[in-house]
Amino acid sequence: MCRTGQDPPPHAHQGPPPRRGDRSPGDTASDAVFSALLEDDVEELYEEAPCGYLSTLLDGKIAKVNATLLGWLGYTREHVIGKMSFSDLLTIGGKLYHETHFAPLLRMQGEVNGIALELKAADGTRLPVLISSKVKVGSDGTPQLIRTTVTDARDRRAYEAELLRRRREAEEARREAELSRKAEVEARQQAERDRNRLQGVLAVLQRSLVPPTLPQPEGLEAAAYYHTASVDQVGGDFYDLFPIGGGRWCFFLGDVCGKGPEAAAVTSLTRYTLRAAAIHDPDPVTVLSTLNTVLHQHYIGGDPRYCTAIFGTLTPSDAGFTVRLASGGHPPAVLMHADGTAEYLPTPGGLLVGILPNARFSAATCELAPGDTVVLYTDGLTEARIGPDGTRYGDEALLDYATDLAPATADKTVGALTTLLQSFGDGLDDDTAILALGIAPAGSP
Amino acid sequence: MTITGKADGPVVMLAHGFGCDQNMWRLMVPALASRFRVVLFDYVGSGASDVSAWSPERYGSLDGYAQDVLDICRELDLRDVAFVGHSVSAMTGVLAAAQEPERFAKLVLLVPSPRYIDDGDYRGGFSAADIEELLESLDSNYLGWSAQMAPVIMGNADRPELGEELTNSFCRTDPDIAQVFARATFLSDSRRDLASVTVPTLVLDCTEDVIAPREVGAYVHAAIPGSRLVTLDATGHCPQLSAPEATTEAVIGFLAQR
Repeated sequence: MCRTGQDPPPHAHQGPPPRRGDRSPGDTASDAVFSALLEDDVEELYEEAPCGYLSTLLDGKIAKVNATLLGWLGYTREHVIGKMSFSDLLTIGGKLYHETHFAPLLRMQGEVNGIALELKAADGTRLPVLISSKVKVGSDGTPQLIRTTVTDARDRRAYEAELLRRRREAEEARREAELSRKAEVEARQQAERDRNRLQGVLAVLQRSLVPPTLPQPEGLEAAAYYHTASVDQVGGDFYDLFPIGGGRWCFFLGDVCGKGPEAAAVTSLTRYTLRAAAIHDPDPVTVLSTLNTVLHQHYIGGDPRYCTAIFGTLTPSDAGFTVRLASGGHPPAVLMHADGTAEYLPTPGGLLVGILPNARFSAATCELAPGDTVVLYTDGLTEARIGPDGTRYGDEALLDYATDLAPATADKTVGALTTLLQSFGDGLDDDTAILALGIAPAGSP
Repeated sequence: MTITGKADGPVVMLAHGFGCDQNMWRLMVPALASRFRVVLFDYVGSGASDVSAWSPERYGSLDGYAQDVLDICRELDLRDVAFVGHSVSAMTGVLAAAQEPERFAKLVLLVPSPRYIDDGDYRGGFSAADIEELLESLDSNYLGWSAQMAPVIMGNADRPELGEELTNSFCRTDPDIAQVFARATFLSDSRRDLASVTVPTLVLDCTEDVIAPREVGAYVHAAIPGSRLVTLDATGHCPQLSAPEATTEAVIGFLAQR
């Protein structure tokens, strides 16, 4: 049997409420007492509490419910008492949660607090609530019934939904960041692979511009070194040494303007033109003139391409070899003598090869005797920056260095110049080729 | 994993269902322990298991849970196991017994359901929309499930069997793991697997159970050849808690039969 708040039992009142006229005006202490006396109706406290109250038997049947909860759900007392179970008030999700979590927890702990569930109102609407339950046990310790309070949790649910939404957004953002980070790593790795592949190709191309191994002519010593400034660029320097019969040899060393694939193409053209021209007529001025014509014709009307080069022949003589060479705009060769002196082999007036239709090239001749070595180089050596102010190494320093070094074999000379180049560090920012040709000193094996 | 009871007794393995952990069995364990070697465990992802071993792929279907059961059997070299599975674990036991029947002597299916969603003439008790709502409610109860919620330390004066443990940590699962387990449970359909059961089987259902209604218990009984059906006078989906004596009695009675 249950009562409504509007029908309080007579024993609930402990006496007639005091009337207002009994109080003296402005007496706040007696105001509080007066108000408290209004709250002496226990049944009304239960029925009209600002939360729902519910008592259920151990099998879930609802035994008692307050007016607040009935009002929220839109049920009448007759509908609910003894007829409905607590789980009948729950949504399907709530039922499962109740069975799998709430009820087991309640049985184990005797109470459960603040579980979020949804109640189903009579009209089918959903009411988000927080549920707290406590098992009432008899004096012998056996559970008798379950008391439950139900708190309106619409605000909290909205807040939770917002939290959940924000969490999902944060997770989404994190996932996206992770994806873009992965894409970035992938792109970097791809770039690295591309770069390695390109460097591989460039290294092969670079090697094709100089002889794979330098030949060693009878009675001569030859040595060469190529410094690659960048693994990402094909340089434009080149050199070669090859026989033309009768104990005679040709050599050349040069520098195509520019870098990269276009420069490499010119280098390749230059190298094969020089070799072909030398077979036809090895005279150095003639060979350079042929190259000039070829380069000039090839690039007329287009991107002008030109180079500097020294071309020479070595002809056996009584003393050793006669060197005859011609230069097109190239730094002069250094001749290191067996007596410890060194000098430039001047080739003044030679023009860049390929610039003008009819270029003039100047020739020079010298004798190589035992212990003498002639050195050809590209301007990467003399243009290297050696000071913090950008001072370049220069022709004078090179001549001094050669003078200190002389006499020296081709091998020793190239070895010493390689060490010199390495000492420049970052100051050496261009490709550099070195070719040394010499005759072993008298008395050596 | 917990092993208790009579060390040389026949083995009874108790497998918890969706939502909780091996604590579900605590009211039955004392009576069982006097006769049997009782093996209790938490599925990976539940209770006190090592969560690092969990993956959504393995535990996205009931096969992953059946593998947990078989893994334990292999590790402990268990044979002639009497397997008692609650709720979804009943189906886990069916799957495990189909894979390695020689491991199992008997199956007890406590409030089983091979398919929660209605399908044609079959009444599982839930519509597809119901189950969708359930899966959503797991999300909306996010704060309630959240492992970050401060647990309450409970004294052990009046419930010594609990010890000084964290209350509310029992039954608490990582929301993501619970979501995967819920999908594996409530979207599964193991009806075809029932006919493959060859070991003696007892089906236990309750007089009133909103999750596994009596007609589902009857369906399982009819589908498993030679099975027995006992309806416990109990309400709710957890008779091992609401009617532990009757449940224990039914289980022991069945296991004692030759």
